[in-house]
This record gives sequence, structure tokens and C-alpha cells, in this order.
Amino acid sequence: MVTVDWYAFTPWSALIGGALIGLAAALFILWSGRIAGISGILGGLLRPAEGDTLWRVAFLGGMIVTPLLWQMFDRLPAIRIEAGYPMIIAAGLIVGYSTRLGAGCTSGHGVCGISRLSPRSLLATVCFMATGFLTVYVVRHLAGG
Amino acid sequence: MNQHFLTALLAGLIFGLGLLVSGMANPAKVLAFLDIAGDWDPSLALVMAGAIAVGLVAFTLARRRKTSLLGEPMRLPTATQIDRPLVLGSLGFGIGWGLAGFCPGPALVALGAGEAKALVFVAAMLGGMGVFELTRR
Repeated sequence: MVTVDWYAFTPWSALIGGALIGLAAALFILWSGRIAGISGILGGLLRPAEGDTLWRVAFLGGMIVTPLLWQMFDRLPAIRIEAGYPMIIAAGLIVGYSTRLGAGCTSGHGVCGISRLSPRSLLATVCFMATGFLTVYVVRHLAGG
Repeated sequence: MNQHFLTALLAGLIFGLGLLVSGMANPAKVLAFLDIAGDWDPSLALVMAGAIAVGLVAFTLARRRKTSLLGEPMRLPTATQIDRPLVLGSLGFGIGWGLAGFCPGPALVALGAGEAKALVFVAAMLGGMGVFELTRR
């Protein structure tokens, strides 16, 4: 049985935030003709090619600057990172390698790929959701973490 | 500063804003979604739903075009094959996601928010991507 934590559930901010993410992806494909997939945009910086770097830096820079702009108007929403440093490093290495191997992450496959009805991205999303659920189950409920 | 640069910057800003508003930039909330056996927070499913609802319209329009509104070629992915790298990479990504609650986008936003652990995560992620570049290309 699944117990929903209704107290933590934030349907409106989730939907509005999600729509903003979709809007960013829409802007990028319609105006720039590119997929807003973060792992691909970041990973591409490691294969520098003429004229292929600046737009990546602009997109990623925009994401990094967002919280700084937010702070000029309001307090930032809570960001709680429970994992310790060894876990953070392991997770980062795995996410970096795997998203390049699988050619996408939550944004490229989960948002853009599903939006263009790509069977590859649908399968990728099912795969990372499944191991995501499984990993948290193992860490929190089996390993006693 | 040309239009392409500004479009990318604006898209990045809106994307980051969406991650902050939705709560996805907070690993604790992401893990609460992935913890289906605990006190489950279904919010993230609605983040995906909201993003895909807008995305469906955008990509339907995009598919009908040969060039973008700024005259760039439409770089829609052409791969259709279901292969081992796709499956193994995606399975692996989910493991890393579940360990820390960070996927690439939220990690960048949390880095901008000044979180030291996000900086370490992003550095390790770039390391992992570097290993891929050195071994797989």
C-alpha cells in the first residue's frame, strides 16, 4: 500500500514549475532548433567544436544564475541535501557517466523525449524511474539508511 | 551577444526557474517522490505532467518545421534504435539519481544557490562524463 504524504504534496507549484520547464524546452526547440537536455548540453562541452560552445555556456549559465536572481526578490525555497560527501561523489560519477551512455537524463528523455513521443526516450524514462525507485527503496528500507 | 546566445540564456533561466518553483531543485523532495514505500510525495509526477503538456504542443509544431524561428536547422534526434547503451545508461542514471536525489539540471541550480554539496556533485558528474568521453568515443 502506498501512503501519500498529503502534507508534503504541492500540486500547484509542481504543475506551474513543470509548465515553466516545458516552456523553456519549447522556446529552445522552436527558436534554436535544439533539445533542452541538460546532460547533453553539459557533456557536449567536453567535446569542444567550433561555434558549439557559447550557446551551451549561455544555457547552463542561465540555470546557475536563476537562484541568484531569485534571491534579489525573495528567499530561496529550501534545498535539503541529505546524502554525505562520499555518496554525493559516487552519485555524481554515476549520473555523469550513465547519462552520456544513455544519451539523456530527466530533461532530454523525460521531458523533451516523451513530448516528441520517442519510444527510445519513453523506455529510457521507464528505466531510470524504475532504478530510481528501487535505489531509494534499498537505501531507505533495506539497508536501514 | 547574438540572438542564439540570448535564446539559450533565456531558456536556461526559465528552465532554472521551473526547477526552483516545482521543488525539483530540492533533493529531499525528489527523494520523497522516489520513496514510494515511505511517506510518498507525488508532486514530481505533476512536474513531469506540466512539462510534457507544454512540450507536446511545442514538439508537434517543431516537427512540422525544417528550420527554427531563428533560421537554425531543426536538430531533432534521429536515433530510433533501442540498444544496450540506452538501456544500461538509463538504468545506471536512475541509480545515481536515487542515491543523492540530484539529476543534472537541479544540481546546476543548487550550485547557483551556493550549495557546497551541489558543487561537489557537479564536479563528480563532469568527471563521470569525462570518463565516458575517454573510454567510449
